[in-house]
Amino acid sequence: MSKDRIAVFPSRMALTTMKIRLKGAQKGHSLLKKKADALTLKFRQILGKIIENKTLMGEAMKLASLSLAEAKFAMGDISHNVLQNVTKAQTKVRSKKENVAGVNLPVFEHYTDGADTYELTGLSRGGQQIDRLKKNYAKAIELLVELASLQTSFITLDEVIKITNRRVNAIEHVIIPRIENTISYITTELDEREREEFYRLKKIQEKKKKIKAKEELRRKQRQAQGDYGDSRNLIADDVDEDLLFDS
Amino acid sequence: MAHLSKGKLVAVIGDEDTCTGFLLGGIGEINNKRQTNFMVVEKETAVHEIEECFKNFIARTDIAIILINQNIAEHIRHLLDSHTDPVPSVLEIPSKDSPYDPSKDSILRRAKGMFSAEDFR
Repeated sequence: MSKDRIAVFPSRMALTTMKIRLKGAQKGHSLLKKKADALTLKFRQILGKIIENKTLMGEAMKLASLSLAEAKFAMGDISHNVLQNVTKAQTKVRSKKENVAGVNLPVFEHYTDGADTYELTGLSRGGQQIDRLKKNYAKAIELLVELASLQTSFITLDEVIKITNRRVNAIEHVIIPRIENTISYITTELDEREREEFYRLKKIQEKKKKIKAKEELRRKQRQAQGDYGDSRNLIADDVDEDLLFDS
Repeated sequence: MAHLSKGKLVAVIGDEDTCTGFLLGGIGEINNKRQTNFMVVEKETAVHEIEECFKNFIARTDIAIILINQNIAEHIRHLLDSHTDPVPSVLEIPSKDSPYDPSKDSILRRAKGMFSAEDFR
């Protein structure tokens, strides 16, 4: 029991501090546990959404690929034209932050600005297909951005939940037992000291009694021999007892 | 988060068709150093080139999301698994000729055991 405790001198003050620390640890434990629960709740929600979105994404990508094939059929291979004409991104993502139980989760939000680089692609033929293709891919991107923000939240939450659980367990299984051990150590030590003190007082009392009895006996013996010792001169003023301040 | 207010980019590593599609969707950009935010992977593209490109994308601060075809992700799975930071987030997408397999996804494998298999149907 004494193997794992905080090194303190067993005194009443240390006992009080330990009791306060125990209370603090218990409070912290319950708070952290609540936080972990809240995070897990959010985590589960996100997990469900991720799975839902992943299946949606499969559908969207299928549709997008199909429209790409359509466009290719209508206007031949446009890949080189597209791959070479890259300039500035039209669709970008903006990151915001969402706060869940004190954890900042990044949330991506897509937005479009600037001109469409491929405005004239498909002008000669296949314009309709290109238009549909663009729309489908824009939809896919929208979905993917959403999925990405969910995934980012997922990773962040995973990490945070791990840390929180580690803390909860550390408090529950290491810190609180240690403080409890220290408290019980201090209590036993204080009790022991009290018993010692009591015993010591008893012993002194006993000894004093013995000495007194011995002296009494000697006095009695001397009286029996007719020796009253030198009786004191009451008038002589050689010893002046200090009444107020006894030294 | 130096680029908090500035818009970030979506990067693509994929086959020609995937790249074409997403570029038409309007995510392509070439920066001042003539670096693109997409990579076209052909059949003869070496694995180390993909690795190089992926590492490059991860190191860039203006990229928030990396889309990668799942069949290409399979080649550099070790890199994907070792990338644990939340940003940039790596998304595996199905390509034209290989359907999406949730059991291979790095993220979903991490989440394995937290949900049942029926959720995918």
